[in-house]
Amino acid sequence: MAEIEGIYTIWLRETKRFFRYRSRIVTSVVTPLLWLIIFGTGLGSAVRFGGNIPGGYQAFIYPGIIGQTILFTSIFSGLSVIMDRQYGFLKEILVAPISRPSIVLGKALGISTASVIQASILLILSFIVGVSMDPLTFVLCIIIALIMSVGLGGMGLVIAAFTDSMEGFNLIMSFIVLPMFLLSGALFPITGLPTWLQAAVYINPLTYGVDALRAATLGESALPLEISIIVIAFFAVLMILISALIFSKKEQSLM
Amino acid sequence: MGYAIETNKISKKYDSFTAVDSIDLKVPRNSIYGVLGPNGAGKTTLISMLCTILRPTGGSAMVNGYDIEKQAKQVRASIGIVFQSRALDDILTGREHLEMHAALYGVPKDIRQERLDEVLDLIALGKKADEYVKTYSGGMKRRLEIGRGLIHHPKVLFLDEPTLGLDPQTRESIWDYIYDLNQNHDITVLLTTHYMEEADKLCDEVAIINQGHIITSESPKNLKRDLKADTLTITVDSPEEFVEKVKTLGFIKEAFLVDGEVKLMVEMGENLIPAVVGFASEQGFPIRSIELEHPNLEDVFIKFTGSKISSEGK
Ligand SMILES: Nc1ncnc2c1ncn2[C@@H]1O[C@H](COP(=O)(O)OP(=O)(O)O)[C@@H](O)[C@H]1O
Ligand SMILES: [Mg+2]
Repeated sequence: MAEIEGIYTIWLRETKRFFRYRSRIVTSVVTPLLWLIIFGTGLGSAVRFGGNIPGGYQAFIYPGIIGQTILFTSIFSGLSVIMDRQYGFLKEILVAPISRPSIVLGKALGISTASVIQASILLILSFIVGVSMDPLTFVLCIIIALIMSVGLGGMGLVIAAFTDSMEGFNLIMSFIVLPMFLLSGALFPITGLPTWLQAAVYINPLTYGVDALRAATLGESALPLEISIIVIAFFAVLMILISALIFSKKEQSLM
Repeated sequence: MGYAIETNKISKKYDSFTAVDSIDLKVPRNSIYGVLGPNGAGKTTLISMLCTILRPTGGSAMVNGYDIEKQAKQVRASIGIVFQSRALDDILTGREHLEMHAALYGVPKDIRQERLDEVLDLIALGKKADEYVKTYSGGMKRRLEIGRGLIHHPKVLFLDEPTLGLDPQTRESIWDYIYDLNQNHDITVLLTTHYMEEADKLCDEVAIINQGHIITSESPKNLKRDLKADTLTITVDSPEEFVEKVKTLGFIKEAFLVDGEVKLMVEMGENLIPAVVGFASEQGFPIRSIELEHPNLEDVFIKFTGSKISSEGK
């Protein structure tokens, strides 16, 4: 009971922070729209797109861009632990009489809330790229977004546990976040790639999230939807377990 | 059970550097206990271990009768902490900080509002309680942190340099606040400081720490008494001659000139003033002024370590 209230309390703080940084909410919707409208239209008219999706290339990258938004929001919210440590607030949480796994779970749920809100805004705007949305598809996409964000948020927490200052931020961006996005099949079909690239794509957990979203929104996918969902769910559980373990065992440098 | 905190050879090593070295501390219940030492002495490291944030690399400690390693959760539930560096979230309000803390520490829902009002009253944030913490002054932030540490009615309150970086007025008000708290509540306070005055004014007992070692621990009064050296500062005409004359008095341990003033080191100075004044007028040196100074903790620190506390510890 106390643990559940602890989880709720941590979640509540994350969510309050999310709503109070208005500019973050605005950019998190505007950025994907720029990708869809400018990049989607630009590249869509430059190359002849092989897929037979109504709406063409723009519709094809739509689930990819939703995946990108979930990726960025989740990882960066996970990394906010670095800021909490730097500004000292992490001490207040770590010294409270609730278990470390509960802290991690509360954080992860807060991260998912932020990601799911952003994903729903993009799902509601599906008409812009000419993708039709019905309530069932919407709910399915939300569930996928939720599972993805727990895993990616957990991954952000794991990275944060090993990063002492925000100086590591650019490294994380260049060596983890951007490659994950580019290698996820968000922007190109993953079938028929050279083998080396295909291997990189298939070890990337984001690939399965994007593929699941694509199956749900466009009815087109490289893998069966169930397989993708199993993979992202497994990834989510794994990341939560690892970050709970690290936060319990590792001595955080707090001073 | 007499002690709120009891450590047994508690140590912390960072790689090969020993920040806290086999410290034995006994903090009586309901006292205000001071750990006094220069920067880098190991105060924060010691407190961090006692409040279960850091694990000791040697020794053990009991806080409120709970083992800090084996019963970390019970320890955490029974203590309040104000960290040396700020532990606030800029974008939450003061009230939200308190609500959050009450929830994390499992304050029952039906008394939560009452506790919140009680603490808000105590820390006197007024209307600011509902504004974001980023708009608070340093003193308000500190008061909020102290109030937050109290909301779950802890048995032991840790204060790591509670008045560091505050202006003198705010500092005094925080001292009053800590003092009243200790007088009116069933609470033990362990505070660290490198301000002599703070330890002197506030603490029932002071442990002096330097380079990870406790050098001595006593009440401030006894520590100072052990020095047995009050200073009498006297201004007279022709002080050079007077110094030579006064040295012949048996109870004078030392006599010297500083900037034209005569300084006499004596024991129990208040009893000796008449004798000194009488001697001076006998010898034809009318005294213009005489002043008595008791030793302060700074002198104690100098006696034990040979260096001033304000200089860095290493
Ligand atoms: N994480 C750490 N790694 C290595 N050395 C540390 C670490 N934290 C503190 N120290 C060292 O331990 C000593 C004691 O530090 P601290 O407990 O903060 O002292 P105080 O609070 O008395 O100023 C200092 O010399 C400091 O440099
Ligand atoms: Mg310190």
